Amino acid sequence: MFAFILRRLGLLLPTFFGITLITFGLIRLIPGDPVEVMVGERTLDPQMHADAMHRLGLDKPLYLQYVDYLGNLASGNLGESLVTKESVWKEFATLFPATLELARMVMLFAAVFGLLAGVIAAIKRGSIFDHGVMGLALTGFSMPIFWWGLILIMFFSVKLGWTPVSGRLDLAFDIAPRTGFMLIDTWLAEAADPEINAGAFKDALMHLILPAIVLGTIPLAVIARMTRSSMLEVLREDYVRTARAKGLSPARVIFIHTLRNALIPVLTVMGLQVGTLMGGAVLTETIFSWPGIGKWLIDAISRRDYPVVQNGILMVATLVILVNFTVDILYGIANPRIRHAK
Amino acid sequence: MSLLQIKNLSVEFGSEKNPFRAVEGLDLTVDQGEIVGIVGESGSGKSVTMMAMMGLLEGQGRIVADKLEFDGKDLLTISARARRKIVGKDISMIFQDPMTALNPSFTVGYQIMEVLKLHQGLHGAALKQRALELMEMVEIPAAASRLAAYPHQLSGGMSQRVAIAMAIACNPKLLIADEPTTALDVTIQAQIMELLVSLQQSQNMALILITHDLAVVAEVAQRLAVMYAGQVAEMGKVPDIFRHPAHPYTEALLKSIPEHSKGAHRLSTLPGIVPGQYDRPSGCLLSPRCPYVQQRCRDERPELTPYPQGAVRCHFPLYDKESR
Ligand SMILES: Nc1ncnc2c1ncn2[C@@H]1O[C@H](COP(=O)(O)OP(=O)(O)OP(=O)(O)O)[C@@H](O)[C@H]1O
Ligand code: SF4
Ligand SMILES: [Mg+2]
Repeated sequence: MFAFILRRLGLLLPTFFGITLITFGLIRLIPGDPVEVMVGERTLDPQMHADAMHRLGLDKPLYLQYVDYLGNLASGNLGESLVTKESVWKEFATLFPATLELARMVMLFAAVFGLLAGVIAAIKRGSIFDHGVMGLALTGFSMPIFWWGLILIMFFSVKLGWTPVSGRLDLAFDIAPRTGFMLIDTWLAEAADPEINAGAFKDALMHLILPAIVLGTIPLAVIARMTRSSMLEVLREDYVRTARAKGLSPARVIFIHTLRNALIPVLTVMGLQVGTLMGGAVLTETIFSWPGIGKWLIDAISRRDYPVVQNGILMVATLVILVNFTVDILYGIANPRIRHAK
Repeated sequence: MSLLQIKNLSVEFGSEKNPFRAVEGLDLTVDQGEIVGIVGESGSGKSVTMMAMMGLLEGQGRIVADKLEFDGKDLLTISARARRKIVGKDISMIFQDPMTALNPSFTVGYQIMEVLKLHQGLHGAALKQRALELMEMVEIPAAASRLAAYPHQLSGGMSQRVAIAMAIACNPKLLIADEPTTALDVTIQAQIMELLVSLQQSQNMALILITHDLAVVAEVAQRLAVMYAGQVAEMGKVPDIFRHPAHPYTEALLKSIPEHSKGAHRLSTLPGIVPGQYDRPSGCLLSPRCPYVQQRCRDERPELTPYPQGAVRCHFPLYDKESR
């Protein structure tokens, strides 16, 4: 197991290196530099442009800029935003809880309903429920996030007025950010001062529901399909027959002897979904004006805020890698054959 | 009264419109404490018969029978819940491939203790004590340390011993061993067979031994059922059948023993194969392969007919020299 972890860790370094190269290169491929974007429509004096670029250190040859960038990274310096002059790390740390809160809600939603639907579909294979779930999963899997988000907003927010259209909390509330997680903060605030903050938690929850559904649709579909096929495979195994021959209840056969083994590939898929989730978060946060990392990155790209883009993406990528890494370890724990591998 | 009574059991797979009868009109009785051998080529319905009896085909096969009785309980009308109180406790089964029969995610100890908890309500120290005792009964060396082992850490022979320990955990009245040694090395095969027979005697349980190995049957079983294409071709006492087989198929099986000897994986007897779903003849199922075939065999399907030494399904049984 230990060797297994070491081996996985060894793969991380080249991956990081690759990511820095890609983000550094890609953002510079987009036409327009930060100074031009800032000035916008107004005409720009070439001399001023050159001075500004020099101040930002963007007049150096590309390879030198890259070396500087790596040097800063190596010393733990993530730089500061060209636009706000705030440290990139600080901005990230402020906005990240919003994304994390959304992502957690999404994974919870997708895992609970995906597993449930997949297990039932497998047990009732060939039934109407099975066909229904698999049909929906296929639809969900190919759902364009942007369109899906707008449809839900039009129906639930605009037509029915059930959920708010954007943001994390109604402006009427003034909640001190203690944990950064709105659900927890509003809960605490309501507990501390039930008079003033009445309804804050519910309001935060209502803000969260639609984005979570939009972002959770694809992971939900993927998890449901994977769970179903994995369950069907394991149900055919000899050891499931053994379990039934022991006289165990159907529930025990399904949830202990079958699901336990069927979960192993599902777990991997869930881990991979975190990457998809971060991509989806960019769109979802933009649609719902959710003040998280996704929206931050989009804004940074449109402003050609190089340090924010480079390091923001690097941090998101690191996160995805770490999650996948954790999943790999969990995979090892769930699967004794890997845990005991030399 | 017999411990197990099966009368006219049929098992169908496939759709109602296009069914496949894997077992057809099967009769079998097993008495307390006896060993009954069942032999027959691959696909003859040996496993399906036993799984149907234990209720393991739920949702897969349709089962009809005139009688399906175990220990005075009617298995045909019993509720699923009541059947689960019998299955794994009074009737248990071990399977052909021990390497896939144990759940890879749970320790050997967990899987043995699971049965004890369920059927005997054991827990705590008594539970562990009994599990250890069982491991020792099936002669697993260093049993205490093996309780925490995972199936992939065991050899095939060891895994089969664990499966046996699980099966005999609640002192069953009937143990079904479905080709318990086929997947094992030749040297291990003999050990496992020995273990099964000695447990059968010490626990005084009935044993149904499904096998391809007629030599083993001759050695250990009191009675024998020969199956062909979902039916019993011949049934009787082992010495009688071995001395004077009444069915042409049995005769062919017995002739094949010397060439195959111990360890043969599949019986190959007469030229041709067991008829499958679409090529079942309308007359005697053996007629395309039978060396004694006559016109009547092709037209008319024979019934399982008792005679003094047993029962045989053939129009022209071999003891009846005049009829041919
Ligand atoms: N779940 C199932 N669905 C459909 N057909 C099945 C099923 N299980 C078994 N059969 C068919 O029933 C027939 C009898 O199978 P069975 O497993 O009882 O044979 P067997 O005598 O045990 O053979 P072997 O010696 O290979 O174990 C075979 O033709 C098999 O394909
Ligand atoms: S009935 Fe005829 S074909 Fe069938 S086994 Fe007897 S002799 Fe052979
Ligand atoms: Mg079989």
